[in-house]
Amino acid sequence: MLLFIAAPLVSVFTQSFFLSQPIVETVEVETCTPGFLTQTCTTETRTQPLLDENGRIIRETSFVGLQSYRNVLEPERAWEAISNFDLRGLLAIDFWKALRFTLTFTLITLPLVLGVGLAIALAVNNASKAIRGPVIFVSLLPFIITPVVGALSIRWLFVGDGILTRALEWYLQQDIAMFAQAWTIELLMLFYRVWHVAPFAFVIFYAGLQTLNQDTIEAAIIDGASRWQRLWAIIVPHLMPLIVFVSLIHLMDCYRVFEEIVGFQSQAYVISLQWLTYDFMEPDDAGNRAISRASASAMLTMIGIVILLIPLLRRTWRDHRRTRR
Amino acid sequence: MASGSFLAFWCLLASFPIIWIAVMSFKAPIDAFAANPFDVIFGPETRARGDGLTVLDVVSGLALLYGAFRVAIKVLPQSVARFSPWSNVGLGWLIAAVIYALAFVLVFFGLLPPILSAINGVIGLDPIIGLTTQHYIAVWVENEFWRNFVNSMIVTIGVVAVSLTVGTLAGYALARSGSQLAFWILILALIFRALPHSVLVAGYLPVFVNSAAILEPLLGENAPTLYGQPLAIFAVLVSINQPFTIWMLRSFFLSIPADLDEAARVDGCTHFQAFRWVIMPVMWPGVITTGLFSFLLAYNDFLVTSLLLDASNQTMVPAITGYFNRETTTTDQVEAVAAAVSITAPLFLLVMIFQRQIVSGLTAGAVKG
Repeated sequence: MLLFIAAPLVSVFTQSFFLSQPIVETVEVETCTPGFLTQTCTTETRTQPLLDENGRIIRETSFVGLQSYRNVLEPERAWEAISNFDLRGLLAIDFWKALRFTLTFTLITLPLVLGVGLAIALAVNNASKAIRGPVIFVSLLPFIITPVVGALSIRWLFVGDGILTRALEWYLQQDIAMFAQAWTIELLMLFYRVWHVAPFAFVIFYAGLQTLNQDTIEAAIIDGASRWQRLWAIIVPHLMPLIVFVSLIHLMDCYRVFEEIVGFQSQAYVISLQWLTYDFMEPDDAGNRAISRASASAMLTMIGIVILLIPLLRRTWRDHRRTRR
Repeated sequence: MASGSFLAFWCLLASFPIIWIAVMSFKAPIDAFAANPFDVIFGPETRARGDGLTVLDVVSGLALLYGAFRVAIKVLPQSVARFSPWSNVGLGWLIAAVIYALAFVLVFFGLLPPILSAINGVIGLDPIIGLTTQHYIAVWVENEFWRNFVNSMIVTIGVVAVSLTVGTLAGYALARSGSQLAFWILILALIFRALPHSVLVAGYLPVFVNSAAILEPLLGENAPTLYGQPLAIFAVLVSINQPFTIWMLRSFFLSIPADLDEAARVDGCTHFQAFRWVIMPVMWPGVITTGLFSFLLAYNDFLVTSLLLDASNQTMVPAITGYFNRETTTTDQVEAVAAAVSITAPLFLLVMIFQRQIVSGLTAGAVKG
């Protein structure tokens, strides 16, 4: 594990400080075209990459310090936008745009996933034994489906001539284009993520409900507690460790939101942190990969998740100390 | 009452997108994107082309499916128990599953269609539901999607095998060791679990691209370029998967009492023998469950495979982006839908067979995690 995970991390860390680029030279080229009496000659300076004896481009790797980070973060532009209270200007920079989306996405889906998961678990728990099996089967489908395909399947319902767009247009009597502005795409992404993760929360809460002490519930009913009181005073405290667990896993998974961007093809409107790194690593039109910028953005992404995890790690450490003593 | 209708609504919500793309993939493009939902389901345009199912087809197809289901849950377990070679039930199930799948495909796709079309021709029944497999044929045969399928299988099976081998050994060691180091390894695994995959890929990509130059002093002339090789992907996917596998297997090992190993040790087993002959037989449910999740991770992955594999070795999930990037005509779109359904079908089977293991796996992680 140390070799295969830690070593790449170290290499990412070092890469982010170095920049590898082709060595270029400026040459004066004289091009002559045949003309009457004398040739017409033009001289121009051209930049071209240096080639070695095999005809390959010579690349040079140099230490650039924090330059790649600066390229990703664009601190001057960001600071100027912040000091002018210009939110739109700040969000025009890719990194900040991605950060904004990733964080809002994570924080909005978290309560939705917990709520929907708990609701399904309670409903299944009330249902008769015969239908539980099929319901669990159907519920697992969104969870195990390939994320890209899941996002695509929802996209196909809402594309220009998709069935649900048509239904909405018929109902509202106006034209709808779900993929022409950022906020509708984000709405669909939120819906997709809740659809995808709620089954996971459901299964875990459902398992937790099985260990609930029935006597407590009965006592509460005799004491005249309403449905809501029972939920808040008995069921939620009982499930608390599981709620923490689900939130934790959801936080980790949601922070690396990526497949939605690919499935909904929303690069032009909405991007996430992991997609940013992916985009730097994809070869561009000239076939170059911006490895150092990718490394810098990967490091920044990693710092983000570590900050999110610190409270949790501190708690685990405290528990550990207590059990050892 | 309220909870019942909520449940019905949820089931509809959960299954609708998947069912709908499955229905779309069997229709002619005009029907697939029709405005009226009933046109999509019954496919008048597809029917007009002469592709469709008659009442007889539907009835006999459903009857056969029901029969196959009965055989699978009643006859199959008994015959496996009776005919398993060398009384090895696992091997017996493997053989039985292969034979069953072959027989099913043979009867359902080889035997049934010609017989039914002959009968339909004689009686003169007209199709009631439009259905065409042209998109599937286009995707699998003409666009050679089966190559991507084979690549997916290579990557998936390799990742599952490697991560289970490493995971069981590491999980066992961590579950039985109470040392400080074990705790730190687990915490480290938790942090690695949280890492975005792109961070790891950013570390691997330049190494893979330049691997021929890096490995040359060691291997000489025939140093391989790891970029684009399915075998090289194993390393990346396994290391992404490993923290999770270790945690999960550890929690399964913790549920096996340590007395069991001690009893084996008292009877004169070495450490490894105790692990192999006493612990492993009780561990199979845990191993199968963890294997399922490794399978899902490797099969569903887009980021790693799309960045580290070249076009000729592409797996199924990145290959599908090729379809919707050139989505110009509606036929292309429906072909993309057919490819998406093809990716989903194996997962569907997987949930059907292993539903219980998936649920137990999710809860096992939660209780201990």
